[in-house]
Amino acid sequence: MQKFLKIFRFFVAPVALVLAGPVVAQASTAAPDILVRDLTAEVLDTIRADKAIANGDVARVQKLVDEKVLPYVDFQKMTQLAVGRGWRSATPEQRAALTREFRTLLVRTYSGALSQVKDHQVQMRPFRAQPTDTDVLVRTSVVPSRGEAIQLDYRLEKQDAGWKIYDVNVLGVWLVENYKTQFAGEISAGGVDGLIKSLTDRNRQLADAKKA
Amino acid sequence: MSVARLTLRGCIAFAVLLLACGCATLPPNAGQDPRDPWEKYNRNMFAFNDGFDEAITKPLAELYVKLPQGMRTCLSNAFSNLRGPSTAINNFFQSKPVEALSDVGRFAVNTTVGIVGCFDVATGWGMEAHREDFGQTLGVWGFEPGPYLVMPIFGPSSVRDAIGIYGVEPFLDLNFYIDYPGIEYTVLGLRVVNERAELLPADRLVREAALDRYSFIRDGYLQRRRSLVYDGNPPRVIDPDDEDDSDADAKVPASAGGLSSGPAQTKPPGQAADGAVKPADAKPDETGK
Repeated sequence: MQKFLKIFRFFVAPVALVLAGPVVAQASTAAPDILVRDLTAEVLDTIRADKAIANGDVARVQKLVDEKVLPYVDFQKMTQLAVGRGWRSATPEQRAALTREFRTLLVRTYSGALSQVKDHQVQMRPFRAQPTDTDVLVRTSVVPSRGEAIQLDYRLEKQDAGWKIYDVNVLGVWLVENYKTQFAGEISAGGVDGLIKSLTDRNRQLADAKKA
Repeated sequence: MSVARLTLRGCIAFAVLLLACGCATLPPNAGQDPRDPWEKYNRNMFAFNDGFDEAITKPLAELYVKLPQGMRTCLSNAFSNLRGPSTAINNFFQSKPVEALSDVGRFAVNTTVGIVGCFDVATGWGMEAHREDFGQTLGVWGFEPGPYLVMPIFGPSSVRDAIGIYGVEPFLDLNFYIDYPGIEYTVLGLRVVNERAELLPADRLVREAALDRYSFIRDGYLQRRRSLVYDGNPPRVIDPDDEDDSDADAKVPASAGGLSSGPAQTKPPGQAADGAVKPADAKPDETGK
C-alpha cells in the first residue's frame, strides 16, 4: 500500500502540472511572446478555415477581430499615445470619443488587410526580455508562400488583466507614431473636437462606401 | 546614367515644377516640422505625383496585375535579382561581410539555376533576400536623412536617400549596364510598373486609414527608412510628451531611465526626440530578420 501511494505521488504531480498548465497559461500570466504567437496562429487558422473571409466578407473579419483580437489590445493607451499632448486637456467624454472613433477606424481599415491573408505563416523572431519587464517588444515575421517576409512587431504592456498590445509595427512603421503628426495637426486646427469630428466623418464615409 | 536619361529627367522635373505650383492645399503650419522644412514644395510635388500616378502609372499597374501570377512572380524575382550585386556591395560597405557573401551566392544561384532570376531558388537554399541600397549605407555611416524631399514622379525621399538612391544607386544597378537602350528602358519601365502594382493594396489601405495622406506617407517613409538602416530593429524613440501624463498606464520602461530630455523641451507635438533613445539597443541587431 505504501509503495502504491509512493508511485501514485510520483505519478500525480506531473499529471497535475500538465493539467494545470493550460489553465495557468489562459490566465493573465501568459508570457507576452507566447500570447502573440498563440493569438496570431489562432487568427490565421480561422482565416484559412473561413471561406467567407477569403471572399472578402468584411463583416466576418470584423467579427473575428472583435472576438479574438480586441480583448488583447489596449485601445485607450494606443489612442492616448497617438493624441500625445492634446490628451491631457481632453475631458473624459472626449477621451472616450477619441478612443471609440480611432478603434473603429483601425478595425475597419486593417480588417480589409486581414482578408487578403491566405497561406501566410508567422515566425517568431528572437525575444529578449527580463521577467521583471512591464513593457516589451515582440517581433515576428509574416511569411507568404511567395515573396518577401513582412516584419510585424508588437509592443505590449503588463497590466492587471495581463499583457495588452498597445502598438503595432508593420514593415518598420509604428502605427501610433504614424498617427501622431496627423492628430497634432487636426488638434492645432480645430481642437480636440476637431479631431473627433475628422475621425467620425472618415468612419461614416467608409461605412457608406461599404454599403454602396 | 546616360546623358539622354539625365536630360529627360531634367525636363520632366522642370515641367513638373511649373505644373505643380499651387495645386495643393497647404495646412497653416506647413514647413514648421523640422523634418520637413520644404513642405510647401513637397505638398505641391505630392499633388502633382498623385495626378501623374492616376493618369499613367496606376492604370498601367492595374493592367499589369491582370498578367498571370506566375509570370508576375518571375518578373518580380528577375527585377530583384538585378539589384543583387548592389545589395551585396552595400552590405559590404555596411560591414556585414556574412550578408554580403550570402548575397553574392544568392545572385550567382538565382542568375544561373534560377534562369536570370526568374525563379528564386536561393531562398530555399538558405540565402535569404536582403534589401539594401546606398541611401541605407549612408545612414549606417552616420548621415542623417536631412529634409524630407518628394521627388518628381518617384515620390517620397530625403536628401540622403536622394543622393544614395538616385545619385549613386543607378551605377550599382545592373539595369544601367544593359547596353541595348531599347531593352534597358523597357526593363526600367516594367520595373516601375511592377513596383507600383505591388503597392496597390497598400495604397488602398493608406487612402482609407489616413486623415492626411501626405503626412501619413511622409511619416511612414521616414520611419521605414530609419528601420531599414537598423535592419528592422532601430533603437526606440521616446517622445517626452508620453511620460508626464498623470495616467498610471503611461509608464515608461525601466530600461529607458537614462532620459535627459524632459517635457520642458520646446518642439512641435508629435516630433520624436532623436536624442532620447535607449542606449541599451543602440546597436543594430545582427540576428534580426
